[in-house]
Amino acid sequence: MSQIPAAKQGHRPVAVVAFAQSHVVRAETNSNEVEMLMPVVHEVFAKAGITKDDVGFICSGSTDYLIGGPFSFVTALDAIGVWPPKSESHVEMDGAWALYEAFVRLQEGDIDIALVYGFGKSSLGDLDKIFALQLDPYTMAPLNPDLVSLAALQARVVIDQGIATEEDFAAVAARSRRSALSNEFAQVRRDDSVEDLMAEPYAVSPLRRHCLPPISDGASAIVLVAGDRAFDLVERPAWITGIDHRIETHAIGARNLAVSTSTAKAAEMAGVGEGPVDLAEVHAPFASQEAILTTALGLPSSTVINPSGGALAANALMSGGLTRIGEAAQAILDGRAKRVVAHATSGPVLQQNLVCVLEGA
Amino acid sequence: MAERVAVIGVGQTYHRSKRDDVSIAGLVREAAVRALEDAGCTWDDIDAVVIGKAPDMFEGIMMPELYLAAALGAVGKPMLRVHTAGSVGGSTAVVAAHLVAGGIHQRVLTVAFEKQSDSDAMWALSVPQPFSAPLLAGAGGYFAPIIRAYMRRSGAPLDTGMRVAVKDRLHALKNPYAHLKMPDISMEKVEESVMLWDPLHYLESCPSSDGAAAMVLGSEKAAAQAEASTGRRPAWVHGMAMRSEPTMFAGRNQVNPQAGRDCARDVYAQAGITNPREQLDCAEVYVPFSWYEPMWLENLGFAPEGEGWKLTQSGATSLDGGDIPWNCSGGVLSSNPIGASGMLRFLEAALQVRGLAGEHQVEGARKALGHAYGGGAQFFAMWVVGADRPE
Repeated sequence: MSQIPAAKQGHRPVAVVAFAQSHVVRAETNSNEVEMLMPVVHEVFAKAGITKDDVGFICSGSTDYLIGGPFSFVTALDAIGVWPPKSESHVEMDGAWALYEAFVRLQEGDIDIALVYGFGKSSLGDLDKIFALQLDPYTMAPLNPDLVSLAALQARVVIDQGIATEEDFAAVAARSRRSALSNEFAQVRRDDSVEDLMAEPYAVSPLRRHCLPPISDGASAIVLVAGDRAFDLVERPAWITGIDHRIETHAIGARNLAVSTSTAKAAEMAGVGEGPVDLAEVHAPFASQEAILTTALGLPSSTVINPSGGALAANALMSGGLTRIGEAAQAILDGRAKRVVAHATSGPVLQQNLVCVLEGA
Repeated sequence: MAERVAVIGVGQTYHRSKRDDVSIAGLVREAAVRALEDAGCTWDDIDAVVIGKAPDMFEGIMMPELYLAAALGAVGKPMLRVHTAGSVGGSTAVVAAHLVAGGIHQRVLTVAFEKQSDSDAMWALSVPQPFSAPLLAGAGGYFAPIIRAYMRRSGAPLDTGMRVAVKDRLHALKNPYAHLKMPDISMEKVEESVMLWDPLHYLESCPSSDGAAAMVLGSEKAAAQAEASTGRRPAWVHGMAMRSEPTMFAGRNQVNPQAGRDCARDVYAQAGITNPREQLDCAEVYVPFSWYEPMWLENLGFAPEGEGWKLTQSGATSLDGGDIPWNCSGGVLSSNPIGASGMLRFLEAALQVRGLAGEHQVEGARKALGHAYGGGAQFFAMWVVGADRPE
C-alpha cells in the first residue's frame, strides 16, 4: 500500500479517483442539461468502477440564472436517478465549491464515496445581461455593467500597475489555444501567433477578442473517495493535500483589482508553496487575469500553466472551476505529474477563489 | 470520527410581509448580529459563513451572497452558498454543521433569508420551462392534489387542516418574531376564508414574509466558551441528515415520500430515537400548508400511516396540553421567509432544548426535531438537537 501524503485540511485523506467532462461547445442544441450531464456522470462512474449505489453523498454546482428559471439543479438529479433516495446537496456556485462541500462531508468517516458535478449552458441567454444581475442590486446592477467592461477595467489596472502588457495578454491567449490543440474537449483550439492576435481590434479597450473567454455549454463530474479505499479503485489516486477558499468584498471600488488577496490566502492555507508544483490549472476566464492569479498562487516559473487550455479555450460556466480540479487531478491519475495546483473563481472580477493542491502517493 | 456540534447562538428578524426598513444586507445582518450576541462572540470569532436561500429569482439577484459578503463579515473568509429548494434553510444548517463535525472550523455562522417583497415568488415559480410541466399556480397548486390524495387514502375528516391552521396561529401569538398575529383566529374564520387551491383555504396557507434566520454553530470547545461567557447553555446536535428523490416517476409515493422516511430513520438512528412521539419533547416541522401536519406526522414516524390526522384532531400537537407539540413558534403557517423557513425550524428546535423559547417554551424540553422539505416534497433536511451533550 502506498503512503498517503499528509493533508493541511481535514483529518481523513480524500482523493479524486475519476474525472469526466463533456465536449465543451458554443451551443449544445441537441440536449438539455440533464442529457448533457448524463453521459458525463455515467463516464465518471465507469472510470471509478462504481455505480450510483456506491455513492454516499452527491453535491452539485449550478445557477438558476443561466436557465432563467428556478431550481435548475432539480431536474439535473435525473441524470443520476436518485432512487432509492440519496444524501444530496447543491451549491449555487461553481462545482469546485460543491467538491469542497463533499470533501468536508467525507471527513466524518460514515461514508467513503462522493459524486460531484457542475453544469451550465451559457447559450440559453445573454451573459452580459445575466451577470449584471450578480452585482450589488442597489448601486451596481442598475448601471448594467457588462462582464467584458468590468474585466477591461481590471485589465487596465493590471497594465497601469506594470504587472502585464497587452502583448502578455495575447501570449497567454496564444499559449492557451495552442495547449487546447491536445485537449479534445476544448472549444477554441488554434495555433495563433501573438502578432496575429495583436492585430485584432479592441473588444473593450484594453481587451481584444482573444482576451475574452468563449461562450460555452458544458458539464463535468468528479468522484471523490476517502481513505485507503481509493487504492482499490485506481492505481494513482490524486490526494487532496490542501483545499481552501476565500471571498473578498463585493465593492469593486474598494479592491485593488490587480491583486487577488483571496487567492493568496487560499493558496497559503492550501500549502501551495510547500512543495514543487508540476502543473497548475488556473481558472482565469480573461487573459488579463492569469498574471494576477499566478502571482497570488505563488507559482514557481517552472510550473506548466493550463495544459488543458484553461478557461480561454473552454468556459463552461458553473463547471469551469471543477474542470480545473479535474484536469489537474487527471495529470496525477495518468502519472504525468506528482504535485499539482487547481484554482477556481467565482463572482465579478475574481471576487471569490478556491485553491486545491493535489498530490500522488 | 465526527466532532460534536453545538448551536451556541441563534438570531432571527421580526418577520413581516414587507421589511422596507432594511435592504437585504440589513435584513441578514439583523439576524446575524442577534446570533453573535447570543453566542457571546464577535465577527472576528467566526471562521466561515454558510448562507442559504431559495431560488435567486425570488429577489431577482443572481447569487446574492456575493454582494452580502461584507455585510456578513465574510471578507477574507470562506463563504458557501447552499440552494436546495424549500429545504434550503435546513440544508444550509446541515452543511454548516458538517464544517464543525468534520473538524474544519471552530465556529461557523450560518444564515438563511428571503425578502419576498422584493419580487413575486408565485411568478418566479411559474416560469415555463421547455419540456417540463409548469407549476403555474405556485406551490399551493402543486401540493393541493397531493393533499386530496392523502385525504382519500386516510379518510381524514375535512376539518383536520383547519385545526392545524388555527393551532399554529394560536402558537404564533406567543412568538414575538412571528409574522402573522391573529388573536381572533377560529375554525369559522378559516372556513370562511377564500378557497385558494381546493382543499386549501387562504388561511390554511403560509404567508409571504421578509425575514432571516442565523445561527452560530460551534465545536465542543466553542460551546464551553460560549456557555461560560453568556450563561446560556448550547443545544447539541444529536443527528442530522439530508435526502433527495426525483420529482416524478411512475409509482412515486408523493403523499408519504420515501426520502422523508429515510431521512427521519437516519437522523433518529444517530440520535438513538426509536419512538419519536415518546422520546422527542417537541418538533418544528415544515408545514407551509395545513394538511402537511398530519401527512408529516406519518412520514416522520409520529403516527402509523393513515393515522396522523388523529393526533391533530386530538390536540396532541398543540402547545396547550398536547403530548407532542408541533410548531410552537407558529411554524411556516405564521412566518414564511421561504429560504429561512427551514432554518427557523432548526433554530426553534434549538431554542426549545436550550430553554430559551420564552412564552412558547415546552416545559422541560430536552430533545427536539427540526425539519425542512422542498421541491415537489422530494428534498429533506432534518436534525435532532438535545439539551445534553451526546455520548
